[in-house]
Amino acid sequence: MSSLNPKVFDEDVEQIAIRTGFGEGFLLAGKENPNVVGLCADLTDSTKMSLFKELFPERFIEVGVAEQNLASVASGMAAMGKIPFISSYAMFSPGRNWEQIRTTICYNNVNVKIAGSHAGVSVGPDGGTHQALEDIAVTRVLPRMTVISPCDAIEAKKATVAAAKLVGPTYIRLAREKTPVITTEETPFEIGKARIFYQGKKQAEVGIIATGALVHKALLAAKRLEADGISVKVLNLSTIKPLDKETVVSLARETHAIVTVEEHQIAAGMGSAVAECLARNYPIRMAFIGVDDKFGQSGKPEELIDYYGMGTDSIVDVVRKLRQGK
Amino acid sequence: MALTDKEIQSLEERANDIRKSIIEMLLDAGSGHTAGPLGMADVFTALYFHILKQDPKNPSWPKRDRLILSNGHICPVLYAAMAHAGFFPISELMTLRKFGSRLQGHPHREFLPMLETSSGPLGSGLSQAVGMALVDRMERGRKIDRYFYCLMSDGELEEGQSWEAAMLGGKEKLRNLIAILDRNNIQIDGFTDNVMPLEPLREKWEAFNWHVQEINGHDFTEIVGAVETAKAIFDKPSMIIAHTIPGKGVKEFERDFHWHGKPPNKEQAEMALAELRLLGEKIRSEHE
Repeated sequence: MSSLNPKVFDEDVEQIAIRTGFGEGFLLAGKENPNVVGLCADLTDSTKMSLFKELFPERFIEVGVAEQNLASVASGMAAMGKIPFISSYAMFSPGRNWEQIRTTICYNNVNVKIAGSHAGVSVGPDGGTHQALEDIAVTRVLPRMTVISPCDAIEAKKATVAAAKLVGPTYIRLAREKTPVITTEETPFEIGKARIFYQGKKQAEVGIIATGALVHKALLAAKRLEADGISVKVLNLSTIKPLDKETVVSLARETHAIVTVEEHQIAAGMGSAVAECLARNYPIRMAFIGVDDKFGQSGKPEELIDYYGMGTDSIVDVVRKLRQGK
Repeated sequence: MALTDKEIQSLEERANDIRKSIIEMLLDAGSGHTAGPLGMADVFTALYFHILKQDPKNPSWPKRDRLILSNGHICPVLYAAMAHAGFFPISELMTLRKFGSRLQGHPHREFLPMLETSSGPLGSGLSQAVGMALVDRMERGRKIDRYFYCLMSDGELEEGQSWEAAMLGGKEKLRNLIAILDRNNIQIDGFTDNVMPLEPLREKWEAFNWHVQEINGHDFTEIVGAVETAKAIFDKPSMIIAHTIPGKGVKEFERDFHWHGKPPNKEQAEMALAELRLLGEKIRSEHE
């Protein structure tokens, strides 16, 4: 907790897009390892692969608007010893090219990293076609796939550098909008390790498990609840698969009530992964915050987050109700 | 360099042995595809016994040529050619499609690591071959001394991804990439011309900036010659359209799309093997 951004609760907390952190991390990974290569499907600036492309043009392949080819070309490059990163909007990769990711990457067990940007309703005005709300579901169901959903730009940078060192298919979920910087360069990050980002003064009554930029909303909700005398803990679950079972179960044992928060369909997302784990290891009461079986639409990011029930007010309400029902 | 008569005879006899293995494997497995493997037996024989720079005793030799099979369902011909070339024992062919076998119903690299890829879902092999050829060029520039052979079917060109890969291969001018298309005119639902007309095929690939040749896929001189020509092309990937007869070698199976996805029963297999034995004698007498 002490290693978080000291301004995390301030109105003027610095805002950087998670995808920017990916771009910086990818550049670092490229500098560290000459085998790292990049492929993009006509969204090089949008996915911030442009930073890598500028420095390493000979290690960058533009495949055009062809996400199925994007995935399988990367598979071929990985079979030859490269560490390909592919990027597009999450709706198209891993959305459109899911079978190619399944067969040519995961089934083949090759070392391809998939960066899916513009996940969640916070994409905003582009509307529902471009707001990926199913990407966690379709990636976490694949054997061998690691699924990472960073909470801010700094964590995205670290996750990207770490993903380049991890051997095996990996999905990194990114968001378009600028969002609050929660962590610092010093905040520990490890793939597969969830960390408590908020701990009240009293014994926690509810555990909030959040992923992605909504971790910030969860922190704001925790602070408000604390002021009302309800103590909670907030766990940043940045690696959705493999799930940090030990930490999740430990939070469940402590609080006996878990609320999950994600900018994704409730069905088959991060909350479902937590529920699968707890049903098997330590069944307790749970509530799920996310998009409830609906598609997104145009609007401002903040109003869409609120409309679909994922804002700070909704988190506070759901935590209160779950606590009362305990 | 042209093949000698002795070399042609040897290749024809190999192909005939491989066809016999295919029939035996499919009979024993009780399921699988018959027409495609028989039709491509000559192309695979030419590759494994004359063209490919590979070492069966050291299948992961880094400098080897790569063979990427895109239409994974014809794997009986791949497995049989590999076994006859010495990559694994011929007796192992009888494990095809059985539990625990390295010879999965569709190729799976995890079970048989000497394969270059796993395949089955159509249309993604050429993309992988493009990716491999790109890496080779990244590392060696134009000093090319190994080739990437993608074996594909005509039916799978109905998959849009095939054309995504074709565009990228043309854009990147991958001269180390040689695709061989099994133009056998059939697919599960019938003749390709009825299911989805593909012609003009040569012009399509030329329009995507590929160098295109059309050959008789059962003539070893033409198969080997086309690959030699492809290697001489400097700034384009190559497409060799191999016109083949599905089910080739067994009259009852030839040109009949019903044999796309089913194995012979015992009686049909015995008939096929008898016919192939006769064919073997014919090959020997023709070359004497």
